[in-house]
Amino acid sequence: MNKWKRGAVPAGLVVLLLVLWEAVVQINDIPLYVLPAPSQVIKALISEGPGLVRHAQVTVGEALSGMAIALILALTLGIAMDAFPAVKSGIYPILVVTQTVPMIVLAPILIIYMGFGTAPKILTVVLMCFFPVAVSFTDAMGQMNEEYVQLVRSFGAGRWKAYCLVKIPAAVPGLISGLKVAATYSISGAVVGEWIGAQSGLGYYLLRVKNGYMLDKVFACVLVIVALSLAMNGLIRLCQTAVMPYEKEKRP
Amino acid sequence: MKLEVRDLSFSYGDRKVLEQVELQAEEGEFVSILGASGCGKSTILKLLTGVLPRRSGEILVDGKPVEGMSEHFAYMPQNDLLFPWKNILDNVCLYGRIHGTLNEARKEAMENMASFGLAGYEKAYPSSLSGGMRQRAAFLRTALCKSDILLLDEPFGALDVITRGEMQDWLLSMRKRMNRTVVLVTHDMDEAIYLSDRILILGGSPSRVGAELVPELPAEGRTRDWLYGQGELRRRIHREIMRKEERL
Repeated sequence: MNKWKRGAVPAGLVVLLLVLWEAVVQINDIPLYVLPAPSQVIKALISEGPGLVRHAQVTVGEALSGMAIALILALTLGIAMDAFPAVKSGIYPILVVTQTVPMIVLAPILIIYMGFGTAPKILTVVLMCFFPVAVSFTDAMGQMNEEYVQLVRSFGAGRWKAYCLVKIPAAVPGLISGLKVAATYSISGAVVGEWIGAQSGLGYYLLRVKNGYMLDKVFACVLVIVALSLAMNGLIRLCQTAVMPYEKEKRP
Repeated sequence: MKLEVRDLSFSYGDRKVLEQVELQAEEGEFVSILGASGCGKSTILKLLTGVLPRRSGEILVDGKPVEGMSEHFAYMPQNDLLFPWKNILDNVCLYGRIHGTLNEARKEAMENMASFGLAGYEKAYPSSLSGGMRQRAAFLRTALCKSDILLLDEPFGALDVITRGEMQDWLLSMRKRMNRTVVLVTHDMDEAIYLSDRILILGGSPSRVGAELVPELPAEGRTRDWLYGQGELRRRIHREIMRKEERL
């Protein structure tokens, strides 16, 4: 089966579901505040377009800043945990525990501490993205073949040089996997932060239209969030082909 | 450079692997350490490079004692251990990169690509090369080290029999050009006979160096046909290995 044929099955299924959805809403005359038809959602998407773009810019900005901070933190802490076992045994369990606290609980607290600006939203993104990146990066470094390190050491490389030459590059595939997960979370993270209290952003917009029972606009906004999350994931995939060109040349 | 190892012992935890190992290699000499799997052959090389900490014994290079990680040794592991994220040229220039002489290393690498059968593959990634080519690249990486003593840890052990034979022919022809002291660790009797000036048998539990055998013909005159005629030497080596095992 070629690439197009494989894509046709899920695409056909989605179209079928949309047609069914449209038919159910039309035939039963379901009101907008209960369930909007796909056609109504598309209409809302077009009419609200400029506003959605403006809000999306805010959200994407927060998501990207959060991702960048999470990446820097994860790299620093990942190397520290790998280099010093004491740091790892001290911090790793705490990291895991912090992930069990629901973000919806943390976000309002952050707003109490940091106000209604962009800072608490970015921090929400950082908190959601940091964990998968740090864990996958640290694990990838821990699981690498120790013989590589022994080789560069026997060639006269010091400890830090061994990190730059072997450990960090070897952990890049793991880091990318973590970033893919984090990228998908990042938009949702920013939206959660905005939902709790903001003056702009998709989360703020979502809360406003939901309170007005404008469900077509809610769905339209959800569509935008989905598209942006996928785009963030795609961005990481692009980075992957850029930093790992050797993956493409593998012998079949 | 001349290598001397005296009274080298080593244990992994409570298990003693090496007991008072003694070995010598003269300047430019090719010495093989032959023994069964798990007898501690690789451990000797790891102790020489300093990758494993040495607690007893002495290592002398040109009469001077060597401690810790040493610049005298260029180590080549059984697996090629090429970096999948670097192309062949960058891989073989590892020593130059570590010691800040990358340009020089690149130049030297390019001069040697052809004789290592890698011409035209400078920009290729290791994953697109065959096992034999990868091993030759790993060899070139080791050969480009400025170290005087090459330590080869079953360099062809992971290859199929046919490729291994080709690589042995190639290494035999390269021996003179490299003109360095070589210590080869192997469990392949024919490889040891074909390539080395002197063969040391390692065995027993814990292992020590037993007999020392010298193939009659100098390396320059050797051919595969000569190797096939070495039945008597092979029998002697076999007897020596068996004798070590009996002591268990």
